[in-house]
Formats: sequence, structure tokens, C-alpha cells
Amino acid sequence: MFGLKQKDATLFLVVVAITALAPFLLNPFPENSELAQFNAGYPDLMQRFMIFGIFAIGFNILFGLTGYLSFGHAAFLGVGSYAGVWMLKLLSMNIIPAIIVSVVVAGVFSLIVGYISLRRSGIYFSILTLAFAQMSFALAYSVLTPITGGETGLQLALDDPRIFGVAQTADGSIPLTNFFGLEMRDGIEIAAGPWLFTLNVGYYLSAIVMLASFYVAIRIFRSPFGMMLKAVKSNQQRMNYTGINPKPYTLAAFVISGMYAGLAGGLMVAMDPLAGAERMQWTASGEVVLMTILGGAGTLVGPLLGAGVIKYFENIFSKINDNILYEWFSFMPGGLQDFFVTIIYPFIGKGWHLTLGIMFMLVVIFLPGGIVEGGKRLGRLFSRKKAEGGGSDATPAASPAE
Amino acid sequence: MDAIILQILNGLDKGSAYALIALGLTLIFGTLGVVNFAHGALFMLGAFCAVTLSRLLQTASVTIDPERTDFLGNPLKVETPYVIEWFGPEVGSLILDWSVPLAILFAIPIMGLIGLAMERGLIKHFYKRPHADQILVTFGLAIVLQEIVKYFYGANPIPTPAPDALVGSLDFGVLVGFDAGTVIYPYWRLIYFVFAAVVIGVVFAFLQFTTFGMVVRAGMADRETVGLLGINIDRRFTLMFAFAAIVAGLAGVMYAPINSPNYHMGMDFLVLSFVVVVVGGMGSLPGAVAAGFLLGVLESFASMPQVVTLIPGINQIIIYLVAIIILLTRPRGLMGRKGVMEA
Amino acid sequence: MGILEVKGVNKNFGGLKALDDVNLDVQEGTVHAIIGPNGAGKSTLLNALIAKLEPDTGTISFNGKSLLGLQAHEINQIGVCRVFQTPEIFPDLSVLDNVMIPAFAKHQGSFRLNPFAAVDADAEVTERAHEVLEDVGLTPRKDFEAGSLSRGDKRRLELAMALAQDPKLLLLDEPTAGMSRADTNNTISLLKHIGETRGITKVVIEHDMHVVFSLADTISVMAQGHVIVEGKPEEIKGNPKVQDAYLGGAHL
Repeated sequence: MFGLKQKDATLFLVVVAITALAPFLLNPFPENSELAQFNAGYPDLMQRFMIFGIFAIGFNILFGLTGYLSFGHAAFLGVGSYAGVWMLKLLSMNIIPAIIVSVVVAGVFSLIVGYISLRRSGIYFSILTLAFAQMSFALAYSVLTPITGGETGLQLALDDPRIFGVAQTADGSIPLTNFFGLEMRDGIEIAAGPWLFTLNVGYYLSAIVMLASFYVAIRIFRSPFGMMLKAVKSNQQRMNYTGINPKPYTLAAFVISGMYAGLAGGLMVAMDPLAGAERMQWTASGEVVLMTILGGAGTLVGPLLGAGVIKYFENIFSKINDNILYEWFSFMPGGLQDFFVTIIYPFIGKGWHLTLGIMFMLVVIFLPGGIVEGGKRLGRLFSRKKAEGGGSDATPAASPAE
Repeated sequence: MDAIILQILNGLDKGSAYALIALGLTLIFGTLGVVNFAHGALFMLGAFCAVTLSRLLQTASVTIDPERTDFLGNPLKVETPYVIEWFGPEVGSLILDWSVPLAILFAIPIMGLIGLAMERGLIKHFYKRPHADQILVTFGLAIVLQEIVKYFYGANPIPTPAPDALVGSLDFGVLVGFDAGTVIYPYWRLIYFVFAAVVIGVVFAFLQFTTFGMVVRAGMADRETVGLLGINIDRRFTLMFAFAAIVAGLAGVMYAPINSPNYHMGMDFLVLSFVVVVVGGMGSLPGAVAAGFLLGVLESFASMPQVVTLIPGINQIIIYLVAIIILLTRPRGLMGRKGVMEA
Repeated sequence: MGILEVKGVNKNFGGLKALDDVNLDVQEGTVHAIIGPNGAGKSTLLNALIAKLEPDTGTISFNGKSLLGLQAHEINQIGVCRVFQTPEIFPDLSVLDNVMIPAFAKHQGSFRLNPFAAVDADAEVTERAHEVLEDVGLTPRKDFEAGSLSRGDKRRLELAMALAQDPKLLLLDEPTAGMSRADTNNTISLLKHIGETRGITKVVIEHDMHVVFSLADTISVMAQGHVIVEGKPEEIKGNPKVQDAYLGGAHL
């Protein structure tokens, strides 16, 4: 199906179903209930799931397959979003040219950075990408202010040319981003009893782009090209003596992942048309590394899961404050209540980064395969129990490779 | 000419900080083979040792003075720091004033313990893991450390002044025969530079002249052989890690008056220190020091108004640019050895 | 003129002469064994052939084309393939993928951007990969992670990887070192078999005289970086120079 093997096609269909139903699945709690704050089914957050999902899927094509750890991928996302905003300023508020140009510009930029950085490997490669990203960040903040808007960021203005569109709407405001007239902000709200669901144009457009990116990633993973990338990670030296030149393969992976980052950047401005330099900072690059590792580097769905978990934590956990905590523990006697609130408080609200850091360390230490590996281990645990129950011993002596 | 001297001087203090952090980083690379992304956090923790000590010293006993009232008419609460109670007003306030230099004594055991705990508790499990894993776990640790500091000390920078006697500037120009006021250099920065030079000297002397140092240097060159000689290299490397943590911490303590400590200063310095290590050559101690000062001074020159008007933005990117050029032309850095971290 | 010609190759490491004016002429379709004591320069010579190191002087040509200045993957692409002594495989990939990769290399060259092709879309590649696994007897293990194989199986995989490329010239570095007598005999018959069916020229470095004399058409004896004698196996057997340098007479 779709040129995919049975297993991959199933996986893809599951992801399609989940993204399609996300506005419902992520809003399991009634609108006015106490737990409503755990709902993630609002457009802004769901769009971010999709956008960072794309970013992480792309990063995984480089890091997960070839093992080259780039610490500068946020630069491509940043460059992509600047390019996107410029297209919205110059051409029209239709997001398609903006997204296409974002991808192209990020691709060209990653070709240059990758060509130079890939002349070194290991930690040297990481430092080179880091240096390029920090340079881009510093320049965007200072000298390139006419192009990037410097500290304030690049925004739309009423006097933008927009040669294929209108500079401003009839009532004198900046027009909204749209897909051939369909505005990103549009949507329908469905109230079902106490529940409220929002089906948003921007989200579904991001979802379609994400699914396409995911599909492409599956194809890449299962292609001879993808096999070569895995070989780069496994034993790059050996490839040379097998008649293969690993360099163009790694560069291609680098550029592809750079284009994914550009796509994410373009989509970001399509949803919210402004771009700032902080998007390119190395901590932002670190974030996509975290997403990929947390979910499971080198796996298909891992980066998506990682992006979802981290963005969920960022948005939901950072909103919880001590009042809410006191409410949760209100069933306890006063002293105990204080105690639990004091213990938990540092990890929520503004402290969610602490939780993130700890979670991340635990994953690297105990579960290098990330969430996906954790799921597999759980699955194996259950299937072994079942097998034991049935009295059969079908476990092979050595585990077959994937 | 005076402008050039000024720029060199200006570059020295930042260069000193780079050199001290890079020294510890490269020591850890060379001995343990570990890429430590949490090293900047150690620098930051050092700076907060200074903050903590000055706060501790200010803990005060509260007495109520029935004679006087505050502006609300209540009896006035008088706070007297314990140090003043114990040592009398003169010595006491002197101690308060000199809290940053005193923090050196405070930071050495604390940073040493933190270093030991880090190595035994975390890093040692990562010796055999790929460099990517080491980077990732120490990156996670750096986040955790800085978030802990943020939780206790808040997100804002905390001004931590130098002793009154050392505030003010030296008119360096006059000393070398320029007009007064042309080359002015704050005392504390000068002290920072001298301090850094002393620490670097101590580290080198330690490695050069003690048996411990000799074993460590031999281990850096060839770990397996030294291990075969029946020398317990691991224990020494653990101590080496603590040693590197102390060096980074001291760099942070003394940097507190130059730049008010904040929780993310470690990350800011980390990236640059890594660049310094790479430029100097991974695992090369003299390389790290030389590159630290070189890049500090270069950065300072690139910030001169004349240079910035000529090449806009150069001050922002000079260090990265140099790093890229060096990495491409001299893959092992200025003084790097063959085969270090090339996997 | 031979398929592989090595002329006047020198290589110094510091003051040590690793290769001292080495000449070698390998005839097409033959098995050419290189023997000699440890440190005689045999592996250094193989390394020079596949651009793992660059000789100081001399020429190396294959089918009349100079190999010097070519990159490792280019040398491989024109049909020179090496089997390593310590297995150099892709440990994280499956056994099948390990032979698919060289099969792709043979089929699509040193680089092809085909991210949308399916791995098994090319029947020729897939068939070839399965064929060589069958040849070395690894078919039952084709889905295992290559790193989990036993040492002997890894060496067979290593050989299969070379065979998957259908090389014109196969360089074997002690193909039977550390193998049991039975495995050694299997390997000998396998090498003979592929020699007969595919007509691959082979250069073999070997310590095991049993292997050398059952395979080789020509033998070069190296000592101290120099080829001291070259000839047919029976000529080598009786040669006093060789016995002096290496064999000491005891083995024969």
C-alpha cells in the first residue's frame, strides 16, 4: 500500500488516524472541568506538534540514520522562517510560495554549511555546525537587522508590497495568511455536551504537510539510500572499501534534514507570520536533539512522539502553578499537603525545564532507544509472559535485527 | 598604539575565563575521553559559590531596639550580621566586603565535591559510551544544574561586587608613558588576569612536577599502557575531574564581580569554551590556554569601532569564524595531538 | 602482462623500510599467494593496493590503469576488492543488509540518490545478495544483526560481502586465520569454487601452508619488505632461500 510494506503502511495509517482525530483525542476533558487544563486540543498547540514533528523527523534522517550529531539545525529553521515571512511581505499572503521558498532557502543554506562541516566528523562536526548556527544567530541579531528585524524580529507591516495580493485589507489591517483564500485561522467549533472541539484550518494544513513529510521519511528509511545512511553510522570506513563514497550520502542527508527544518520554519510563519533570531539559538538546536533522543533516534515514529511530549510538557506543565497544586492535594491534611506541594513545585510551572532535563538524562542513561525502545521493552515483557503462560518457548537464542 | 594596548588588555579578562574553562574541558577530554557539556555549568556554579558565600555572611541576628521606631511607629528591628557580632564591626565588615576573594576558599571544597559526585555518579558510566551519548547526558545535566540554580536564586543576575579597595581603575597608560586617561583598566580585571595566570601556573606545575601529575600525563598519552603498569588510573582520573571542576569553579568565583552571575552564564561560556578547546587542539593543555587568550584578544580587537565599521558584525562572529577556519585548515587545532577524538 | 602490476614500490615508516622495491605481477585468473614471516610487509602491500596508505615511490596498475591517486571507493569500483583479516562489517545492520550494500555498490556505483526506491525493488541486487549468502552458508542467519554473529560467521560474511561485488581481483588477508581445520577446508573449497565459476583473480596472504599449497598457482615470498623469491609452489617448496628466511624447513 502506498509503496510501503505492510508494517509501515499500518504504522502510517495509525499516524494518519491519530492526527486526523487529534482535536478530539487531545481534548478528553470537558471544557469547564478542573482537568481541562490538560487538554492539548487547541489549534496553536496542535500546530506546534505538527511543526516540531516535521523538524524532528528531518533531524532524525541525519542524526538517527547517519549518527552525525548536528548542534546547529535551528539555524535552518530560522532561515526558513525569515524567508517565509519575506515571501508573505513581498508576494502575497498565500502560504504556498512562502513554504516553498522556505524549503529552498534552507536547503541551499544547509548545502553550504553541510559541505563545509562534513569535512570533519564526530565532535568536530558538532562544533562546526554549532559555530555556523551561532554565527547566523549573532548576525541575525546585529548586522542583518535590515533583513531580519534584529531584536524585534521580522514582522508583517501595512506598507508591505505584496505584489500578488493586497497590502492591507479594506478595514486597514494586515491580511491573514491563507491557502488560496482559506484562512489559517478559520475553523469550526463543535460543542458536544460539556466538551468543546476546535477543527482548525491551520492545524489540518500542518497535519497534511507533516503526514507527507512522515511518508517521505518512511520511504527514505526503507530505500537503498537509507540503507547507505545506516551504514554510515555503523561503519563509515568500511563503505569506502565496499566501493561507496559515504560523503555525498551524508551531505544529501544533511541537506534533506535542513530542508525539513526549513519546511518547519515556513509552516511556522504560515501559522503565525513573524520570525525572530532566538529561533536560531543553539538551545533551540538542542531542543530538537532532545525531541529526537527522547522519542527514539533512528526510529520512524520516535521523533514525532518526542516532539509531542516535549511541546506538551512545555505548554501544559508550565501552566500549572502552586494554587493548582494545592487544589490537587486538598484531600490531604495541611502539613502533608504543603509537603507534597513543596516537593512537586520546582518541577512544574517555570520549572518544567528541570523536569525536561531530568527526563532527558534518565532516557540517555537508562533507555538510549527513547520512548519507542521503552514501548518495545514493555511489549516484549507482555508477550514473554503470554508465551510462558502458553508453555511454549519460542524465544530465539539471539535476537534478529529489525 | 594606546588603543591597541587597551584592546589587548580588554581581551585578557575574557580570554582568562575562556582559558580557565577550556583548560578544565581539555583536561577532561584528555584524561577521561569525555566530552563534558556540563563544564560551563561548573563555571556558573563557581560564580554562585561567591553569591552564596556573600549571602551566608550577611545572615544576621535580628534584635529589637525598643528605643527607636521605624517609620510605621513599630519598634525598630536591627539586623546585625553574625560576622559583625562575632568579629566586631571593623573585621566583620572587612570580611563582608571581601566575600568574593574569600569565596575562593569556600568554592574549592564545594566544587571539588560536586566534581567527585558528578564523576562517580554519572560520568564514569559513560566512558565506554559514544561521544554523542556523553554530549547528550552532560547537556541534560547542564540543564538540570542551571534550573536548580534558577529555582533557588531566581532568573535575574545577582550583582556581586568586588571589595571596595579593588573597585576603580588603574591608569595603565601613564605607567607606560601615554597621556593620562588613555588606557584605563579596572583593577578587578587585572586581578582576574593575574589570578588566572596563577591558576594556570599551578595546574601546569601540578601536572609537571608531582608524581600524580606525571601519571595523569602518561595516562593522557596512553591510558592502556599506564593501566597495565598496575597503576590505578581510574581513581586518579576521578580526582582529575574534581580538579577540573575546581578550576572551572574558581574561574566562576572570580568572574562574579565582572559579570553579575545569572543561571545561564554557564551555557553562554560553554559554547565559546568548546570553540576554544577545538581551536587549541583537543586534549592539548597549552593549546587551550593559548587559544583562550588568543580568542579573547581577537574578540576584543574585532569590537573596536574602527574594525566594526569596516566589517559590520565581525565582533559577533570572529570567534566562530576563526574556529571554522582553523578546523578546516588544521583539523587538530593549533596544538592538537594526532588521534584524539577523531572517531 | 598481468592484471595487477606492482613496480618498484617503496614505503618508509620513519626509518623503517616497510616495503623495499616490491615488484609483483599477478596473472589474470590465477591465485597468487604472498607468504612471509610477520612484519615482512604483506599487509602493508595490501593496504597500498586499496589506497589505505600511499606508497612513497613506485607504480601500481590494474588492467593497465594506475591505482595511485585513486580514492579507496574508486579502486573498489574498478573491481579490486579486499577481504579484511579482522572482520570489518556493518555490525548494526542485518546480515542480509551487509551483503545488499556491496551488491548495490556494484550495481549503482559509488553514489546514487534514490530515496524513494524500495530496497528490494531491484531483483538483480536482491538475488545476488541471497546467492552469496547461500554460497557462504549464512542464509539461515540472514535476519540476524551482523554484530551478533560468531567470529567465524563474521569472517564468512566478510567474504560474502566481497563476493557480492563480483570483483575482478580479490585480495584476501589470511582468509582462514583462526578457523578450525574443517572450516579451513570449507573455505578452501569455496575459494576454489568461486575461482572456477567466476574466474576471479586472487591475491592471498596466508600463514597456513596447507591453504597456500592447495590454492596458489604462484607464490611470492616476502621478507623485510622485499620479495625474495617468486615461483610455482613446487619451486618454492624446495628453495633454500625461502627455508632460510621463513620456513626453516620444519613445516615441509
